[in-house]
Order: sequence, then C-alpha cells, then structure tokens
Amino acid sequence: MAESPRTPGVTAGRLDAKSLQKNFVDLHGPLDAHEASVAADRCYFCHDAPCITACPTTIDIPLFIRQIATNTPKAAAKTIFDQNILGGMCARVCPTETLCEEACVREAAEGKPVEIGRLQRFATDTLMNDGSQPYTRAASTGKKVAVVGAGPAGLSCAHRLAMYGHDVTIYDANEKPGGLNEYGIAAYKSVDNFANNEVNWLLSIGGIDIEQGQALGQDLSLADIQQQYDAVFLGVGLDGTNKLSIDGAALNHVTDAVEFIADVRQSKDYTDIAVGRNVVVIGGGMTAIDAAVQARLLGAENVKVAYRRGQDSMNASRWEQDLATAKGCQILPNLQPQSIDGNSSVSSITFEYTTTTADGLQGTGETITLTADQILMAVGQTLEGQPDGIALDTGKIQVDSNGRTSIDGIWAGGDCANGGDDLTVTAVAEGRDAAEDIHKHLCDN
Amino acid sequence: MADLTTDFLGIRTPNPFWLASAPPTDKEYNVRRAFEAGWGGVVWKTLGMEGPPIVNVNGARYGAIWGADRRLLGLNNIELITDRPLEDNLVEIKRLKEDYPDRAIIVSLMVPCEEQAWKDILARVDETGADGIELNFGCPHGMAERGMGSAVGQVPEYIEMVTRWCKENYNKPVIVKLTPNITDIRFAARAAKAGGADAVSLINTINSITSVNLDTMSPEPSIDGKGTHGGYCGPAVKPIAMHMVAEIARDTETSGFPISAIGGVTTWRDAAEFMVTGAGNVQVCTAAMTYGFKIVAEMISGMSDWMDSKDYKNTSEFMGQAVPNVTDWQYLNLNYVAKAKIDQDSCIKCGRCYAACEDTSHQAIWMKEGRVFEVNDAECVACNLCVNVCPVEDCITMEPMQVGQTDPRTGKKVVAEYGNWTTHPNNPSALEEA
Repeated sequence: MAESPRTPGVTAGRLDAKSLQKNFVDLHGPLDAHEASVAADRCYFCHDAPCITACPTTIDIPLFIRQIATNTPKAAAKTIFDQNILGGMCARVCPTETLCEEACVREAAEGKPVEIGRLQRFATDTLMNDGSQPYTRAASTGKKVAVVGAGPAGLSCAHRLAMYGHDVTIYDANEKPGGLNEYGIAAYKSVDNFANNEVNWLLSIGGIDIEQGQALGQDLSLADIQQQYDAVFLGVGLDGTNKLSIDGAALNHVTDAVEFIADVRQSKDYTDIAVGRNVVVIGGGMTAIDAAVQARLLGAENVKVAYRRGQDSMNASRWEQDLATAKGCQILPNLQPQSIDGNSSVSSITFEYTTTTADGLQGTGETITLTADQILMAVGQTLEGQPDGIALDTGKIQVDSNGRTSIDGIWAGGDCANGGDDLTVTAVAEGRDAAEDIHKHLCDN
Repeated sequence: MADLTTDFLGIRTPNPFWLASAPPTDKEYNVRRAFEAGWGGVVWKTLGMEGPPIVNVNGARYGAIWGADRRLLGLNNIELITDRPLEDNLVEIKRLKEDYPDRAIIVSLMVPCEEQAWKDILARVDETGADGIELNFGCPHGMAERGMGSAVGQVPEYIEMVTRWCKENYNKPVIVKLTPNITDIRFAARAAKAGGADAVSLINTINSITSVNLDTMSPEPSIDGKGTHGGYCGPAVKPIAMHMVAEIARDTETSGFPISAIGGVTTWRDAAEFMVTGAGNVQVCTAAMTYGFKIVAEMISGMSDWMDSKDYKNTSEFMGQAVPNVTDWQYLNLNYVAKAKIDQDSCIKCGRCYAACEDTSHQAIWMKEGRVFEVNDAECVACNLCVNVCPVEDCITMEPMQVGQTDPRTGKKVVAEYGNWTTHPNNPSALEEA
C-alpha cells in the first residue's frame, strides 16, 4: 500500500478498505433479544421516574423497558415513537450519559445505569426492521403546511402534522433529507444508511411531500410559501460556521469540521477521504469529537483536540471525551489559537495557553506550536440566510414555548430557534410541539 | 470447620444434604457421581412392582417459570416413577451401598395398595443393604390416577395402613413422603406416625400448570398439543414447604417426630432454615437438576461457615431452634409497634416505596422536594411492603418503638406488656382477664 498513517501531508487511503470498514463499525452494537431482556430487567420502574424528566422528549422510559421485559418490543417502540418519532436515531446519537442514563437511579446506586439508549434501539429497531408504520393519518383536513428543513425538527413536525391529516410539503436545501442526522454525525453512530432508512420509514405515513434542493432565500422565498400554505414551520438548522479570525486561517487544509464530517458520512468506503498525518481539531463540542475520532479512524497518526477553556467546560460529554482518548486522540484544554503557519498549506498552529480568572478567560502569554498538516475548525455554527423581518434572539430565531415566531403563521424549532441545547432529541421535541400548536391553530381557524 | 455429620433415624451421613427421589437418583451412574461430588445420601428414584416397565411420555416432561436472566425459579414435571427394570435398580443399589458405606441410600417405593405387593418388594429391597425406605405417597400425576402416590397420601387411613404393612415387613427405617396437595398436612403426618413410621419427608411436588402456549393454546409442558398438571418444585415452593414442615414440628401430636425436609432447597441457607424449623436433614432435587451435583460444595461450605460463626459444633445443636417461635396469628403481640425508617444515605430515590405505599398501602410515605422519601409515622402501620419492594437492602428498616413512646398513628403509649388477640377488647370471644 502506498500511503500509511506516516505519509506526510493530507492524503486519502492511509488505511486499506478492510481496516477502514472495521474502524467504522457500529459504535454501540445492537442488543440481541436475550441481552435486551437482561438489561430491561435491571429497570426498577421508578415512581415519577427521573429518566423521563431527563428526556427532552419525555419518553415513558420505565414503561417501554417493561414492555421489552415482557417480550412486547413493538409495543415498547410505540411508547417511544408516541413521544419521539426519531427515537431510532436518538437511541444512537443521544448523549444518554448526560440525559436519561445520568438520571437513572442505578447510576446513583452503583454507577451502572440501565442501558436505556441501547434498549431504546432494540425496541425501535425491532419495529422498524419489519417496515411497518405504526401510525395512520387522520382524514384529510385540507389544510396545507410547509416545513422548511428535513432535519430532526422538520421531520418530527411533518410526521405529527400528517398524523392529524394535514397535507405537508417539506422543502430541504440538501441533496438528501435528514439534516444533521444525514450529514452531521459521526459515521459509526449511524451505520447501514440508517438515517436515510429512518426518513423513508417516517414518510411512509403518507401525506408528506418532500422537495430536495430547495434552499430558503435562494430557491424559494418565505413570502411565496406563506401565501401558498396555511402555516409554515422553519427547521433550517444552523447553516453557517464560525471562522477563526487569525493569521493563516485561509491556508489550504484549514477547513470546517462539519464539512469533513459530512464528507465522511457520504463516503461509501472511506478510502476517498483525505486526512492529515498530524490533525488538529479546534473546539470542545460534539462536532470536534466526531471529527477528531473519525480522523483517527481514517488513519491520521496524531490527532489533537485543542479547546480554549478547561476540559470540564467542554460541551462534549465526558463519555465522548473518553471515546476520543480511547481512540488515540489527545485532548488539550486551555489553548486558544493564535496563528496558523505554512506556505500554501498549513504546517503548524500556535496556541496561547489560557486560564480562567474572575474576569473571564485570559491568555497567559505562554505559547505552544503544534505540527499540523490539517486543521479542522469546530468552533460553532450560526444561523445563515434567515428570512427578513423575523425577530432573532442571540443570533437565533426567537420563538415562544409553542414554537411561534414573531411572524404570524410561522413556527420554528430545532437548532435555528432559540432555547434548546442543539441536540437531535431537543429538535424532535420542538418540531413535535410546534406541530401540536400548528394543529390547534389550524383547527381554530 | 464445623462437623456436618448428621444422624437421621440412626443413619449417619457426612452432611445433612441428601438428593431427593427423582431423576438425579435414577441409576448408578448418577448416584456414583453424586457421592463423588460430596452428597451425604440419596433417596433412590421410586421403584414400582415387578412387571412390565413403567411407560413415560416421549415429549417434554418439564415445564418451568423463570426470573431475571432466565434464572429458574420453579420447575414442574410429569415424569413417572422409574422406568428401568426393578432388578437393574436393585443390583445397582446393592453395589453402591457396598462402595459407599458412609453414605445413605434410601429406596423410594410405590406399589399398589395391597399388602402382598408391599411384602414382595420389601423383601427385595432388604437384600440390597439399603439404609431404609421412603414411601412415595406424594406423586400427583399419572400414578395417582392408578390409585398410588398422592392418591394414598390424600387419605390418612391409607397412609396409616400402608405404613403399618411396611413396618411389619421391614426392619429398617420407614420414611413416609407426604403430598402437599392436601388441606392440612398435620393429618397426614399424624397418620404416618400412627402407622409406626420412623419419619416423614415433605413436601412432594405441588399440582401445577406452569404456563400455557398462547399460540397453540396448550398447557406446558405440551405433549402433542395437550398438557396435564405436573408436580411443581424448586425455589418457588420453599415457603409452602417450610410452612408444612413447621406445622408438623409444632403439632402436639407429632412434635419431635423426625422430618426430612424437601422443597426448594437451593443454598446452605435454605437447608439451615428448614433444619431450625424442625427438619433433621434436607433433600434436594431441583437445585441439582439446575446446576449439577457440584452445588453441594457451596452447601457444605456455607453451612459450615455459618455454624462456625454461631459456634455450633454439631447440626443437632441448631435443629428445631425456630420451632417455638412459629405460632398462630392470635398469639402475636399486638402491643409491639414498629415504624418504617428510610436511611437517606443509602436511598437511591427510585420511589418504589412511595408508589407501593401511596397506591396500595397506607399513604404513609411522603415524596418531598428533590425526591426525598420520608415516612409519616402518623400513618405508618409498619406493614413492611416498602422494605420488600425497596431495591436496596437495609435501606428501609422496621424500627420497634420504645416502651413509653406514643404511637402518633393511634395516640397510644407503647407498653411493655404482651397482649394478643385472645385478650383484645375488640375480640367478641376474648378471654376474661383473671
């Protein structure tokens, strides 16, 4: 083989196809029926269970686990989907260690929570694998709703509206639906084309048309769709990315981590994804971890995650941080980027050490220079191309608790809306709740 | 290490753990392995009269219920007595007794209710050198329909009659194995004693259907789409067995009558509990059928450790120690008052105590801010349900109130005097105070 992890520069094919395939297997493999029954039996069926409170979609977790324990996994799946139609993806990508599983009383008791995420996957996989759609549409209401964005918020909203008998059209900017589920999460969390299969399954309820390649502000205008539809839901996500405003940020191989993640996700066998020998990822969230781990899995020899604050402040959960270090990445907290050096392409990056003081984050004056032939920036995403005249709050679309924006007849949810915490599961909850409010609104008018 | 040697009816065995009459003791091969594993004795799988061998079903004989992780909790069976030729069994018993003189071999028997039938088989058993016999008056399926097994055990007069025949025609110990499929076990035990039995053993299996297949609508175990009741055994039956053993142990007519306890013995602790409740030894079957003969090693080490910790030198020192504490409800001390107490440090905040008390008991647990669960003494009747449903051992305890304290539920002071239902003012037939 020509290339290896030690090949200088940025190149594809550092590992052979077989090794790559092995590296990108399902991160949390599915439970088999017996494992699920053993895992389910550990649930105490708590009163007013803390796990339910901790779930952004308020899934009745003790009930679905009991349904698994009593050998009715499809009923369990129904319990999950009633609250979260993307329960299959959430079972794969939710940071359960900071949500339901953190709240599990067995975490308090013995440091080993009930495996809620994997049990949820067992239940949802069981139902989805036989291809059946557990919901049917109500009689058509004749009302038309436009959903902009086929990500978690938009899909969740569309499905709930379809259940109520409204006719939904989803407009999505990308080539494929799914939003971040399709483009924005590590490949090892959604193997076997799960995101796409899930969308197809969701759409099988009927009553939802989907049009790809329709970007708001470019291919379609809000005014037009407002005119054509009885209600509009915006679930456009955060399309922009923050850039580093330091010297050298424009050098070759200084790119957005989100693009890298999308490229990896869309790759068929990963042999076509170029990765550096020495990769530095800047950021402390899930995007940074997903990019860093995948760079390692693609064969990068050295992968470092540099984060400007202390490690405890990282948005990525402790579990994700540990995954990164277990895969051979190094996490370097308290480093803020100062300059990037290189000729046409990046060759190194210099950071200043930081410390947290009463006045906030301060540089200490000391610096460190890391060899880098690829820099992946994961320093936050921003709302881009928002419609004119819509009120924003801290850079996101302002919504009330029902998802209503400042414009009558327009709702919003997911990452593009204020509040929430940029999680798939939160987006699903917001899309669902907005749909409930839209439905109420449509029935009243 | 404590001495586990146990004398039961003059039969000394190195420990009180015997294998019950059942499939594990059906032939020389198994019994030899059992003795090598350390079992103190065996009761040989029941022999029937000479003639055409017994016929068993050719499909599933066992049904079961399971707990978590398929832990076997209860087993039932529709197997009959030995289906091997009588002569084969007798030859093997004789050979094993010669090879293992320090272990007990008791021969279980079941023949028709005719004196001659018993006479015939007793003579044959005697020739083997076995240590005694056990009369199978317990099997609830198959043989009972032919007038044997539990069909005998359910009629005290028959128990007494057959026992007497055996005592008249056999010189060694006669143990009568009782069926639990009866209203009051004491009548059966009294009948055995009246017939001259040396001991009773109990319980045999309980009539049961373990489950029904909801696709085929056949009870399990299913034989070509049909099922029948089988004999239930295993951990699930232990509480029933222990009650029956205690009833015989404390009955004035059978008090002190030797008992070999059977019914769900799975660990050393089960065995110790049966023995303090009046048994002279125990017989095990389901645990061996679930885990193999090796489990006796845990029983031996466990009982030995416990005896050392209590300074018991010999199994006879603790036998029957709990019998005086088994009483009737009417003699329980109604002046004893306890309250549940939740240890906040070990509480994991699952709220099961709250759900149980709030929905199904006395609404005596508060759920406070931050999922703090506390007992409201003014409502707590000390029922113990919260203790039983709490997943953390010793997190909730029942704390007796001290004499002189006032029970906030009743407003009455706790008194030192013992007072039971027989003298309680609410009892219409209360005894007059002297």
